[in-house]
Amino acid sequence: MNIDEKALRSIIEAVLQEYDASAATAVSAAPRGEVKGFEIAGQAEAKKGTRPDEVVIGLAPAFGDSQTKTIIGLPHYNVLKEVIAGIEEEGVSFRFIRVYHTSDVAFVAHAAAKLSGSGIGVGIQSKGTTVIHQKDLAPLSNLELFPQSPLLDDETFRAIGKNAAKYAKGESPSPVPVRNDQMARPKYQAFAALLHIKETEHCDPNRKPEELKVIFK
Amino acid sequence: MKSKRFEVLAQRPVNQDGYVQEWPEVGLITMNSPFDPKPSIKIENGRVTELDGKKRADFDMLDTFIADHAINLDYAEEAMAIDSLEFARMLCDINVPRDEIVKYTTAMTPAKVTDILNKMNVLEMMMALTKMRPRLFPSNQAHVTNVKDQPVQIAADAAEAALRGFDELETTVGIVRYAPFNAMALMVGAQVGRPGILTQCAVEEATELLLGMRGFTAYAETVSVYGTEPVFIDGDDTPWSKSFLASCYASRGLKMRFTSGTGSEVQMGYAEGKSMLYLEARCQYVTKGAGVQGTQNGSVSCVGVPAAFPSGIRAILAENVIGAMLDMEVASSNDQTFTHSDLRRVARSLMQFVPGTDFLCSGYSAVPNYDNMFAGSNWDAEDYDDWNVIQRDLKIDGGLKPVSEEEVVAARNRAARVMQALFKELGLPEITDEEVEAATYAHGSKDMPDRTVVEDLKAAQGLLERKITGIDMVKALYRAGFEDVADSLFKITLQHVTGDYLHTSAILDKDFNVLSAVNCPNAYTGPMTGYVISDARWEEIKNIPKAVDPDSIK
Repeated sequence: MNIDEKALRSIIEAVLQEYDASAATAVSAAPRGEVKGFEIAGQAEAKKGTRPDEVVIGLAPAFGDSQTKTIIGLPHYNVLKEVIAGIEEEGVSFRFIRVYHTSDVAFVAHAAAKLSGSGIGVGIQSKGTTVIHQKDLAPLSNLELFPQSPLLDDETFRAIGKNAAKYAKGESPSPVPVRNDQMARPKYQAFAALLHIKETEHCDPNRKPEELKVIFK
Repeated sequence: MKSKRFEVLAQRPVNQDGYVQEWPEVGLITMNSPFDPKPSIKIENGRVTELDGKKRADFDMLDTFIADHAINLDYAEEAMAIDSLEFARMLCDINVPRDEIVKYTTAMTPAKVTDILNKMNVLEMMMALTKMRPRLFPSNQAHVTNVKDQPVQIAADAAEAALRGFDELETTVGIVRYAPFNAMALMVGAQVGRPGILTQCAVEEATELLLGMRGFTAYAETVSVYGTEPVFIDGDDTPWSKSFLASCYASRGLKMRFTSGTGSEVQMGYAEGKSMLYLEARCQYVTKGAGVQGTQNGSVSCVGVPAAFPSGIRAILAENVIGAMLDMEVASSNDQTFTHSDLRRVARSLMQFVPGTDFLCSGYSAVPNYDNMFAGSNWDAEDYDDWNVIQRDLKIDGGLKPVSEEEVVAARNRAARVMQALFKELGLPEITDEEVEAATYAHGSKDMPDRTVVEDLKAAQGLLERKITGIDMVKALYRAGFEDVADSLFKITLQHVTGDYLHTSAILDKDFNVLSAVNCPNAYTGPMTGYVISDARWEEIKNIPKAVDPDSIK
């Protein structure tokens, strides 16, 4: 089936608009330009870090841009604030990159880890799903995986930052306790699919990871 | 002012679930997408040159695999020439026997089968399923897991589940390194409950195969296939690599089926703008093409996706029908939680419960849901009596039977003692009398004492390093004086050599006879044909312990 790409785009936009209007209370798809608390001021090609005491935070294509909250409505500002607070508590430094070639959180985290001077990276999807990764692990393996995005709150993001920093210092921290809620699926699974589709639409397979300058207000 | 009625409604369980409107352009539609391909096939010199509107030069790897391996070309042109509406009517018509129609249902394309199901309502699909199910009678499968990976509890719960009527049991792990213990506990406990139960341990594919080859399990089903190329590649797989894995199982005499379900492609962001059902049809054609005898389908772990869209539960039933049309064993999911509403979860399960499938649940949680390590099931141990009463209300066979507390307690106790003796014989960390007692009476892991996890993990991995096999377990059980359990385990292991249970929809009875679609084929052609509940089975279903005997009142 071939359909005119332009027509398709306009249909998608129309549906998107309708969706934003009708589901704004249910899911967190705040339109572009309403990012609160931080701003992405500039970007350049990401380089491999040389500092052995850094964690690289990899953001998925739509994070803090076309999407600004996680699946439960936690602002991306809180996510970043908590993760870096956790890292700073351990006296470790951090950098931000944005990954464009994939929206798969495992590969986002792995890309961050490969660019990290310590070999430790954190990958965060717009809906909140997060992975702590190490550069020498297989992409679909990981140090810690937090697959149930509806259960990730401020506290968990801070603990994730803290553990990532500990791995960067060569320590073996106890994993952040994994939480489980069998009712997360009925409530959120379809929204998760929707948010992931939207994120994936921002992928560019040919674009390399870029270093982000993030200014907190 | 706010309406008090709406306030009450907003608090109802059904309103805790998530719902989304359709968006066909990205595949957020369950069935009948305007972007689904139109059915077509062109065969030149015995080779498919066009499939569902696509020329061979434009085939992706799934098209190529399906065109080359999944369609019976002898009848393809004939099958494709039948009008889809006409075919839909034949499918639910009791006057068109399964035998006659199956040569066509296995000879059409994924778009054709989808086009046919798009024209059927759920009642018609249920008629089709009751006719097309390969095995004469339905059966059921259960999950046996717990959050502590407590092996004694697994054995006790397996014994109880077997006693209650499940023919297959499945476990998985909280901590991966526990897998050998969980698999062993499940197999041993199951044989105590009822000889001949088939067991599996769902873990990463290589480990799962290894456990099977070593005789820790009797079958496998956690081999996933997907309906679009990018999602397949994301898992580092192709239809050919999955076929290779399937042949590994077959060559070692292990029963296996693939798993797929609606919503997985869109969940991973690559649905290529097709309906969930069309993509699921492709999955099942890949399964058929790989030569696998069966499929676990019905959305499975992605159930929250189709269930949030219109006609989602109907699409899940349609998936099950496709499996039966392709002449494969269908384990029809009814497993993972998809709703807060008890009404929705029953309505969803009636679609399979009434017509009957090879395995109604895959599986039913034989433990309370807090112990279900597949993230919760649509049915759990607290629903046992509900399930039994629904069987009795509707006179349908859901595979379970009422049991007495005494026989359950006795079976759980024996399974726990067998484990205690087996651990001792194999030099594994001690199972205390306190654990045996706790497992005998436990509802879930909250009632179980903790074990020393580090020691257990070391010993569990040690089983693999020491190259312990099913035969070592047989010997150990024999030495420990549990000769009947040793005998059952030996006969399960023997199946790996004879391989008779590799036939479609096979299960074993208590005397280790294989019951499959080959020797027990479904021959439903309307009332009082096919599977009819026997008098003995009806007595079993009828006599729930809670029913008052009129004679007891003087």
